[in-house]
Amino acid sequence: MRSDPRASFGLKTAAWGAIAFLHIPLALIILYAFSAEDKSYVFPPPALTTQWFGVAWQREDVWAAITLSFEVAAWSTAVAVVLGALAAAALARASFFGRDAISLLLILPIALPGVITGIALRSAYGTLHIPFSFWTIVIGHATFCVVVVFNNAIARLRRLQPNLIEASMDLGADGFQTVRHIILPQLGSALLAGALLAFALSFDEVIVTTFTAGQQTTLPIWMLQELIRPRQRPVTNVVAVVIIALTFVPILAAYWLTRADEPVHR
Amino acid sequence: MTAAVTLDRVSCVFGTAGHEVRAVDGVDLNIEAGEFFTLLGPSGSGKTTCLRMIGGFTLPTAGRVLIGGQDVTMQPPYARPVNTVFQDYALFPHMSIRDNVAYALMVRKVDRTERARRADELLALVELAGVGERRPAQLSGGQRQRVALARALISQPQVLLLDEPLGALDLKLREQMQSELKALQRRLGITFLFITHDQHEALSMSDRIGVFNRGRLEQVGTPHQVYNAPATRFVANFVGAANVLDGDAAMRLTGRASAMLRPERIRLGVADDARVSGAVREVQYFGAFTRLKVDAAGALLQADLPEAPGTRWPAPGEAVHLHWDAGAVHALDAEPAA
Amino acid sequence: MNAAQALPAAAGGLQRRISDLLYTRRGLLLLALLAPPLLWFGVIYLGSLFALLANAFFGIDDFTGQVVREFTLQNFVEIGNPANLDVVRRSVTMAVAVTLTCVLIAFPLAYFMARYATGTQKAALYIAVMLPLWSSYLVRLYAWKLLLAREGAISWLAHELHLVWLLDALLSLPAIGGPSLSFSAIGTFTVFVYMWLPFMILPVQAAIERIPGSYIEASSDLGASPALTLRKVILPLALPGIAAGSIFTFSLTLGDYIIPQVIGDSTRYIGQVVYMQQGVAGNLPFAAAFSLVPIVVVGVYLWLAKRLGAFDAL
Repeated sequence: MRSDPRASFGLKTAAWGAIAFLHIPLALIILYAFSAEDKSYVFPPPALTTQWFGVAWQREDVWAAITLSFEVAAWSTAVAVVLGALAAAALARASFFGRDAISLLLILPIALPGVITGIALRSAYGTLHIPFSFWTIVIGHATFCVVVVFNNAIARLRRLQPNLIEASMDLGADGFQTVRHIILPQLGSALLAGALLAFALSFDEVIVTTFTAGQQTTLPIWMLQELIRPRQRPVTNVVAVVIIALTFVPILAAYWLTRADEPVHR
Repeated sequence: MTAAVTLDRVSCVFGTAGHEVRAVDGVDLNIEAGEFFTLLGPSGSGKTTCLRMIGGFTLPTAGRVLIGGQDVTMQPPYARPVNTVFQDYALFPHMSIRDNVAYALMVRKVDRTERARRADELLALVELAGVGERRPAQLSGGQRQRVALARALISQPQVLLLDEPLGALDLKLREQMQSELKALQRRLGITFLFITHDQHEALSMSDRIGVFNRGRLEQVGTPHQVYNAPATRFVANFVGAANVLDGDAAMRLTGRASAMLRPERIRLGVADDARVSGAVREVQYFGAFTRLKVDAAGALLQADLPEAPGTRWPAPGEAVHLHWDAGAVHALDAEPAA
Repeated sequence: MNAAQALPAAAGGLQRRISDLLYTRRGLLLLALLAPPLLWFGVIYLGSLFALLANAFFGIDDFTGQVVREFTLQNFVEIGNPANLDVVRRSVTMAVAVTLTCVLIAFPLAYFMARYATGTQKAALYIAVMLPLWSSYLVRLYAWKLLLAREGAISWLAHELHLVWLLDALLSLPAIGGPSLSFSAIGTFTVFVYMWLPFMILPVQAAIERIPGSYIEASSDLGASPALTLRKVILPLALPGIAAGSIFTFSLTLGDYIIPQVIGDSTRYIGQVVYMQQGVAGNLPFAAAFSLVPIVVVGVYLWLAKRLGAFDAL
């Protein structure tokens, strides 16, 4: 599996170059959040300041957007965890007619372009005369978050020794007790990781949201409006940095919780 | 007296019509209370499936399973007065050893102090006092096996099922555990149902043995009966080395259509009164005995001769004369070689 | 052990009876587990897709702007207009270009990660690829808006390196150039590549990891140069991973409407047409019909990718 340990100079340059390509834009945003210039995106920034953090803190619309995104993400994650865990429990070991079709069905909302999912939901709401609301957003988000929880849960369930369940029942625990004492403790961190990823996904989602949100403004929608018609550039920069920080944490946590499940890291 | 376990015409068939696998095919079995009973057979012979049907992990497709006289055929494992020691021990990795052992009491809502006390009692019984606080990952294979045993015994089951529990241990440890298990069973008086594919284990530990082949029970008997009077050619071949003779060779050498002769019952001697003479094909030294393979009267006979330092063993190609007592021959039913 | 210590009787009751039932009837258990997710997906997701499909065959009343629920193929006829075909052609071309470029950039990194990086370095690289993948799409897009702005970092770099003439030459290219980087197809293209690159890196890396080292050793043992080994052994075995990654890059590019809107000239891509038609233009049926185009294209692509083994590498 390991090659001759000395990679060629060209290969190393190409590899680290790609990493740099991925991260330099993010580093730049962090820099801009401290830029004193507020009328343009001039580089390099003329001076550095932290005043914009204070200004952003005062902005009502930013807080409203953050709160809405948070609530949507919380509900979507809750629904996704329940549905994803149930589906994973059903599909982990049983083989039955239609099993692959169900896996495909779960992955479809994320596999098809967001435009499709968005407009499909929009069509449904329109046809059924359902007005846009908080719940129309949550329904859309929960639907594509399920697969994220499902993947984590099923990877963990497949690693679970089947004998553990049999041993538990052998010793006198019925199905429900076995779930409580054996399955959930083993599954717990995978569900948590799935929940964290689902939360991050929902918090960041913009495409499906624009189709299902009507007049409401989640944080990504706020961000999109700023992208098209910048209102106060430095505030946008600050919010961007905050979003980066907010999403890094659940991602790293989810990675740490499931690092043993990833086949990549043997 | 009611049998501890009864299998009444039990079958277990997997697959769909046209692609059926008869894992267990019409097995009748009665295991007496307090017995050390072994299910013996090669992999795929159905012994594990039988164990699983008794434990409740697999449901039979036909027949009944009775434990202590009660019909438990369709009952889930948690309803049966039977506990299992699994092949890979199946200890719960996220619990301490003490919690593992006390699990059966915990799900029956026994209070904490009481179940801790009894768990420690059981751990002392299997000579593992003091490891209660550790996790399964910190123990060796042999220790984990004892924990599995303690865990299965704490709820005082009527029958203890052991699914090839010694398979993962090295030879010395395995032999030690064999004696310990046997002693434990005698002391507790619980019915032990033991599975193995190792005939030495079966012979040395069991009160009775059930030999499985391809889903069927070919013979049930004491180790002596199974070894000296095998019911079928499969049993003769599987339990110990055997010379199985058919057709003309059998007739000529034994006067029967089909017969078995154990290699250790053959002696070398002079040409007079020899049963048969032949040429040595191969000589193998096994320490306690030497095995000669001899071409004689159209058959290849194996003779296991006890070690006798100073003896000059025949070389390949030499002529030898074989002797055996009449009682050493055991008649077999002339079965078609299935 | 004291034989007089009787065990407490097992808990009876509803919980035990339900457990018994689900144990003996496995089908029932499966049904109980699958019912909630299937109901949700069946009703909500498949239902919406069906509603979408139905709408594609409706029309709108020109005067009232309301949806007229009568079967018509008018929408599909309109898709055949040159302007619309242009949009489709442009979107597919962009998707292909982005996919190819992603493969070129991702492969060396994936190769390095799979075969040369070990231990902490490997974990660090994995996280370094995963973080942009999961962090906010809009923030990353915003970062590029900053980079590509006329007064932004790339222009500054071009000035410092005296490469302004190169930049201007690129921007004056027909069809893909524009007034500035952030208003050109080149800019759109670059941002697409940046966005979907992690989606390509991870499956390719996983595929390369799965190649047993003994294959590569055997190849060099038989006399092949590293370049030949790469071409004959590694690339074919990594192909399913590449195909899997390409599903993401292709499909995501095809349906995106935000990036071309923020970083691009006024030419339209599929996603934008769909978005605008269902919103401002109020022609939901046409938007629905037009959205069937990317579904079909992605369907064909998925079929091709499956032939290449992509689904085993997902």
